[in-house]
This record gives sequence, structure tokens and C-alpha cells, in this order.
Amino acid sequence: MASIKILLDQCTGCTLCVKTCPFGAIHMHERKAVIDMAKCTLCGSCVAACKFSAIELEKAAGPKRDLSAYKDVWVFCEQKKGAVQSISYELLGEGRKLADKLGVSLCAVLLGSGVEDMAAELGERGADKVYVVDHPALASYQDDPYTELLTRLVQEHKPEVLLCGATTIGRSLVSRVAIKAGAGLTADCTGLDIDAKERLLLQTRPAFGGNIMATIVTPNHRPQMATVRHKVMKEAPVTKGRSAEVIKKSYPEEAFASRTKLVDMVAELSSTVNISEADVIVAGGRGMGSKENFARLEELAKVLGGAVGASRSAVDADWIPYSHQVGQTGKTVCPKLYIACGISGQIQHLIGMQSSKTIVAINKDPDAPIFKVATYGIVGDVNDLVPALTREFKRVLNK
Amino acid sequence: MNIIVCIKQVPNTTDVRIDPVTNTLIRDGVESVINPFDAYAIEEAVRLKERLGGKVTVLTMGPPQAENALRQAIGLGCDEGVLVSDRKFAGADTWATSYTLACAIEKFGEFNVILCGKQASDGDTAQVGPGISAHLDIPQVTYVRKIEEIDEKRAKVERMTEEGYDVVETPLPCLFTVVKEINTPRMPSLKGMMRAKSAKIAKWTAADIDAEPALLGLDGSPTRVVKVFTPEPRKGGELLSGTAEEVAGELADLLKEAVI
Repeated sequence: MASIKILLDQCTGCTLCVKTCPFGAIHMHERKAVIDMAKCTLCGSCVAACKFSAIELEKAAGPKRDLSAYKDVWVFCEQKKGAVQSISYELLGEGRKLADKLGVSLCAVLLGSGVEDMAAELGERGADKVYVVDHPALASYQDDPYTELLTRLVQEHKPEVLLCGATTIGRSLVSRVAIKAGAGLTADCTGLDIDAKERLLLQTRPAFGGNIMATIVTPNHRPQMATVRHKVMKEAPVTKGRSAEVIKKSYPEEAFASRTKLVDMVAELSSTVNISEADVIVAGGRGMGSKENFARLEELAKVLGGAVGASRSAVDADWIPYSHQVGQTGKTVCPKLYIACGISGQIQHLIGMQSSKTIVAINKDPDAPIFKVATYGIVGDVNDLVPALTREFKRVLNK
Repeated sequence: MNIIVCIKQVPNTTDVRIDPVTNTLIRDGVESVINPFDAYAIEEAVRLKERLGGKVTVLTMGPPQAENALRQAIGLGCDEGVLVSDRKFAGADTWATSYTLACAIEKFGEFNVILCGKQASDGDTAQVGPGISAHLDIPQVTYVRKIEEIDEKRAKVERMTEEGYDVVETPLPCLFTVVKEINTPRMPSLKGMMRAKSAKIAKWTAADIDAEPALLGLDGSPTRVVKVFTPEPRKGGELLSGTAEEVAGELADLLKEAVI
């Protein structure tokens, strides 16, 4: 069983671990760190933070595995209705860098029906190989066959890294593949890198529900799997004429069986502008004052080619459906431009949008927390400023 | 209808403040609550029981104090609570956590439906629900926003997607992860709170759930934290002033590049 202890000889009493522990489980006693085992979760944060190697986290030594058979970086390329989703290009862009650092091939995995033609496109986006499984049962995503086939592919071809989008489909799929393949999986990475010596994928993500970042590795299991959200990585550029080796795979019928059955797919107007994918988001909060005022945000969003977002209070007031909500209980977004109108900036909202590239905040309260994260702040009335911005953006964009 | 709800106790983020000097979370005085997304799973389970009869068992893995979360769930209408707690579970990542919960569920015997919140508000991974279904080898539907039809053998549900929703039919037993749109959770009733106080919570250890020790806690977790750091806080930038027209014009010029 795993255990943790303080090496008293090494501990200098610097208190770095006390500050780092996300669970408040460490305190100082006579200038030495003491761990409260009732609170400790063995998360390893303190071990990573200690500059004096004074904390030892011991893990029961499992069988040392031979990982040498695992190579290549894989990207699961999500497609819907015959179109490769843009998240796949973002992952190919990042995957290319990782594959080059490891000195291996970048491979795309494409599951679907009538998708073989898309393989060429993936080659132009940097894939060296494309594994294709083409079957009518894969026309639309279903958990069972997609899980079964991706697991089989992984077990057969042994990639060392597997990336997937943190989308509805991606999160449902790879969570199960990781269990079946006995792999490590890290969700929503905001940074990926390679430790070339150990051939480890360094996966950085926000942790412990706050503004702490953790770097996570998978030392003894393969593949090292990670999901990444939309807009976090840069799309791979298109190199015309670049081509990938296409490897068509076939499997026995039972691999395509599904216990669940897709009866219908319904597109809803209110959520067609997917805020997770938008480059520009115009978001409104309680400060908009009324449903009528809130509706003015649409016009500004339209001029900017963006989507409308909302704080929780605007959704609770029924000014806009929940699918537009940004923040902890809504969506996390990372657009190029986020314009927050009449949003005060509670921490639950900030968690969902603070990694946006440029943030503009408009609020009448100069002390609103939103100004602390805003690139540009305007203290004023949203009902004057939103129409003014709509006009001015029309002017500069010649619309 | 036998329904199992899996919940997690998390720090209440409405209490969380950030230390302006060190830029780290201030956890002193932060209360522990039921993960907000799990509240919808609890409510849906109780509604299913009210409609179809049967029993709702609420399950959590966590430290001894997670018992409070189970009592709250009983106050909201769940019938029984099971706390799976053991030092051996410490350090579990989502692989080991879903394995542990799956072992506990296998001990229950017969069940029709497992309900989970779509993700927990502290880790945000959305991996444990699907992980449980994979360990148990039962079907799953994630991001469920409505249960249209259900009986002992099968269900028809709506799964929220980026574009709208899918209608999915599934045999039972099945695991559903649910989203906020599925219902509006009730407040605890006085009767419920009385029951919550006196309810007996079953406490199971690693030995009780017949789990493979090597697959538990940190030992059973493929992933490991190697570094933690506090990112540079985002700095507030420029405040623009002037009339609405002036400021809007200035801003449009500044952002022209970004929006083309």
C-alpha cells in the first residue's frame, strides 16, 4: 500500500509544502512538516513542491513493464456527418510537435462510414499514417463500437501517446478506452510536452478546482492518453500535396455491435452556435437589466461573427438557454476575444473564461472583479456601450 | 426499480477565495458539499423511484467525513447510503476510483440504473462515470438531459450534444451521466432531514468490496502528479474612458486585428 512520510533530516521547515497542499493536510510542528493523514489524499503535490526532497511518497512497486513496444503519437480524429471536426486539426498540430520530439510517426485514427476520402485531408494536416475503420455501424457515434474498435486498435498497434478532443464524444469514448486498455488518462490538458529521456508525456492541467496547475505523467502504463479542449492548441497548417499512408483495418462483425441504439439526432437552433468553438464571444450578465437589453448582444455578436455567452444569473433569469452559460456549471471557453457585458466576475464565471486571449469588460461598478482579468475595461452603462460598439465594429469591419 | 447514485463530496467553490499575495486557494473555512452536478443525479433518481417504485442507494468513495454528503442525499429522498472508505484508496486517480466504485456496485447485486453527475466540480474530468460503466461492462449514455421513457428493461433518453441532442435507446442496466437541464432539484424536506439524521450509513472497506489491492489508490493509478505550480495571475489591463462613442471607437480600432 502506498504511503507518505516526511524525512525529518531533510526538512528545513520552509513551509512550501504547507502552502502547496490543496487539502490543508500539512502543518508545521517544531519547524518540521507534519502530515495529517486524515486529510492527505496522497496527491503528490507536496512531493513535487519540496525543494529539499524531504517528502517521500512510496508506491508499492508493481511489476516493471516493458514499454519498448509502444511507439508513435496517435490522434483520434472526430468526424460528424462526413466532416472532420476542427478539434482534430488542433490535435494534429500539437501531435506533430510531440511526435517530432519523440522521433516517431504521427498517426490519425478515423472511425466512420464512408470516411476513407477524409484520410487525404489528415495527411495534409501532418499525419504520417491514417488508420481507417470504415463501416456502416460507425456512421454516427455510439459508445460501444467506438470503444471496442479504438481499444482493439490501441492493443494491436501500441501507440505511446493518444490524444483526443475533450468534446462530448471524446470524453465519453476515451474514458472507457483507458479502462479497457489499462492506460493513464488526463483530462482537459492546457499544455503538453515531452520528457525525451524518459519518453514521458508531460500533461499540464488546472487541478483541485482552482487556479493551481499540475503536471501529470503516466510512468508505467501505455498509451499515455490525454484530452484537450477546443481552441487550446493551434490548428495544424495545410500542406498541399503532403500525403499519409492509409491503413484500412477490418474487424469481425461482433466488434461493431452496439447495445445502445441511436434513434434520432436533433439539431437545435439555440445551440447551433457552439460557444466552445467560437473565436469571439459576447457574453452578458445580470447587469444587462432585462431580456430585451440582453437581446442586443446578438447584434454585436453577429457583427463580430461570434456567439452569445451568458453568466449563470442571466440564464437563471431566463434571458437565454443554459447551453450558452459560461463558467463552472456551464462551459469553459477560450476564444480569441471575450466581451463581458454587465458581468461582475464571480470566481465561478472567471474559471470558465479567464484563459481567453483578449478580455473586454464593461461594467458600471469600477470595483467589479471582472476588471482584474480584463485586457481592456470600460466603466459605464452597457446599454449605451453595446449599441455604440456594434456601430463602431461595423465601421472598422466595413460592414 | 433499483437505482444507484454515485456522488462526490467537493469543496464549496462559492466559499473559495484566492489569496491575493500568494495567489493560492484559501481553504480555511471552506465547507464540503455535494458536487453540484450530482444534485441532478440525486433528484432524477428520486423522481424515478416516485414514478416506478423501488429503492435509491447513494454511494460515495471518500474520507470518513464524506458521510455527511450521503446524509444530505438521504435528506433529499435517497433510501440508503454506502460510504466506501479506506486509507488504501488514497491517491486514486480516475482509473482506480472508477474501479473501486465498480467493485462496490458489484457487491450490491441487482440494479437497473446507475446515475452520476456529468463531472465533479473540483476535478472536472468527467471520466469516473464512463469508467464505472467500462469496469462493469454495461452500456452508458453520457450527458443525459431527459429520460423520455423507462421501465425495468429499457430506457429511451436524450443525450445533449454540441449541436442539439440525440435520442438513444438502451437496455438496462445502464449508466447515465446527467446534465443540469434534466431537472430542478428539490430542497430537503423536514421529514427528509429527520430521516437523514437517524439513517444508518453502511461503511465498506477495501476488504468488504473484494477489490484487488494492487488496483486501489495510488498503487492502482496509472497517472501521477510530478509538479504543481500557481500560474501567474492574469493582470488587469487598461481602463478606457470617455463617452460611449469615443470608447467604443477606440476599442474597435484596438481590436480590429483580433476580429478579422
